[in-house]
Order: sequence, then C-alpha cells, then structure tokens
Amino acid sequence: MKNGWSPYLGGVLTGLLLLASVLVTYHWFGKPRYLGTSTAYVKVAGLIEKAISPETVAQNAYYQKKKPAIDWKVMLVLGVPLGAFWAALRNREFNPRWVPGVWRERFGDSPALRALGAFVGGFLLIYGARLAGGCPSGHGLSGMSQLAVSAFIVVAGFFIGGIPLALILYGRRR
Amino acid sequence: MELIVGFVTGILWGYIFQRARIVRFEKHAGLLTLTDLTVLKFLLSAVIVGAIGIQLFTTLGLAPYHLKPTHMAANLVGGIIYGLGWALLGYCPGTMGGAIGEGSFDALFGILGGLLGAMAYAHTYPFWKKTLLAVGNYGKIHLPALLHLPPLGVGVIFAALLLAFIVFLEKMGW
Repeated sequence: MKNGWSPYLGGVLTGLLLLASVLVTYHWFGKPRYLGTSTAYVKVAGLIEKAISPETVAQNAYYQKKKPAIDWKVMLVLGVPLGAFWAALRNREFNPRWVPGVWRERFGDSPALRALGAFVGGFLLIYGARLAGGCPSGHGLSGMSQLAVSAFIVVAGFFIGGIPLALILYGRRR
Repeated sequence: MELIVGFVTGILWGYIFQRARIVRFEKHAGLLTLTDLTVLKFLLSAVIVGAIGIQLFTTLGLAPYHLKPTHMAANLVGGIIYGLGWALLGYCPGTMGGAIGEGSFDALFGILGGLLGAMAYAHTYPFWKKTLLAVGNYGKIHLPALLHLPPLGVGVIFAALLLAFIVFLEKMGW
C-alpha cells in the first residue's frame, strides 16, 4: 500500500486529462470527446453479436444508435489496463489474485463464487449504466463537469443502490 | 489518428487509476460501506478541475458541451441498478480493466458480465424507450440554463462547494 498517490493528486490529474481530451479531440477531429467508458461495452457487444448474426444487429434500434465499431471510446477503455499494468510493474505492485480480501472475509476463498458475483455485478453495472445513460466517468466526471442535470440524478442513484447492498454484503468495518 | 489519441488517453488514465488506488476492490467496497472515501475524493477533485475548466472552455468558445439528455426516471432507476452491480462487483466500468492490469483477475468476469449486460440492454431498449425513458424527459439541459445564471459562475460556485465538502471530510477525519 506504500508509495501510492494521494487521491486528490489522481483526481486533479484526471480533471486535467478530461480538459486536454476535450480540447485536443475537438480541435483535431471536430468532435469533443468527453471521458466515458460504459458505451465501449455496447460497441464491443455489438461487434460480437454482429459476428454471430449481422441481421440482428442491423435491425436493433440501440445498435443503430450506438454503431458497433472499434472507436475512440473502445480504444480508451483498452488503454486503461495497459496503463495500470505499466504503473503496477514500475512500482512492483502487480499481484495476481482471483478473490479480493474483503470478499474473502465474507464469502470465503472460492474463485468460482467470486467469479459468479463479479459476473452478475458486471451485468447489472453495464445494464444500469446504459439505462441511466452513463457511468461514474460519463455522468460522474464528464456530466457533473458540464453541470448536466442528468448527471446529478444518476450519481444519486449510484449511491441509493450501492450503499445499502454493500452494507448488507460487507458490513461496516473500519 | 483519433483511435491512437483515445488509446494514449486510456493508458495515461490507467496509470493514474493505479497510482491513486482507484482500481482496487477494497476502495470501492470502502466507499459504499462509508469506511474509505478514496474513490469519492478522487472523483470530486477531478470534477472541481473539470467543472471550472469545461465551463471556461464553453464560455470562451474553445469547445462545446456534449450533454447527456435528462430522462428523470431512467436516470434514477438505471443509476440504482448500476449501484447494485457496483456493490457486488467492487469495480466500475472504467477501472475494471485497470484492476486486471494490477492482477485482480476476478475483474475479467465483471467485463464478461458487462458485455452480456450491454447485449441485454440493446435488446430490451425498445421496451424502456416506450416506458421509463419517456418519463420526465427534459432533453439536454444543464444547471446554469435551469437557474438562468452564467455557466462559468455556476461552475465556480459548484467547485467551491465540492472543495468545502472535501475540507469538511478531512476535518472529520474521513
């Protein structure tokens, strides 16, 4: 846990990254790219479905709205693991694990149970994000920075759903 | 070229995520059980920089907004579903890949679940469009327009409130 950054430093750098991204993409490519990650899952999901059945994707209203393709957003999401891997290696913090500690204390060290929890959690996470129109990056960071009304409602929803369930699952310990 | 810019942005973001400990299950479970607010501190300081910067850009005409539409009911319900998934998974859509980069391979199942969630949403979208997405539909609105106040002023006041909240959290020893 040593030699990490303060969350404030990380946050300020992320804010600057958002500003740089908006400025650079708008002036170079004509469209401002606000940081957001959950749309990338739709783009990749659409590509997978397209490989199986192109007609289904062509007739699907949502895939027509969010066209399946490797675009800026997908590349952004693909870049993250690489950057994190680089940071982890440089600081000798790459630790392979299949079950996080807090989960293990509560549900044991079965990787299968954790995989199931992560799978169901991931399903709800992206399903909810798409219904809401974004996740903590698209709504939380980019939306609140633009002072969008939608962002404030969605962020409230994240915590209304997340806090009670987390307290039931993991309990309150310091 | 735009793809490369997206990829580089992602790599930098992933590097920041890992250094600020935002990719860890413990930090997300800690936020939702209100025992470790690292993720919140990170997000709020990013929004402080983002809100002032973005409102400055739009006021000076350096870059336009890209607002997400407000659908009151869908924003709230989607946010809550997201929150439930967040509690179970302990990662968010952007940091999930970063968790893998640090060796937390359980996040792989979160990504698989997320892709399935995206597919499920694409196929249930027509239903939501007729129902939840039609309730409280106000389009692309933001706070300054709602309050009839200059955006930069609202951005600065909002940033100041967030800063005051952070100072309060630190004073309380959170």
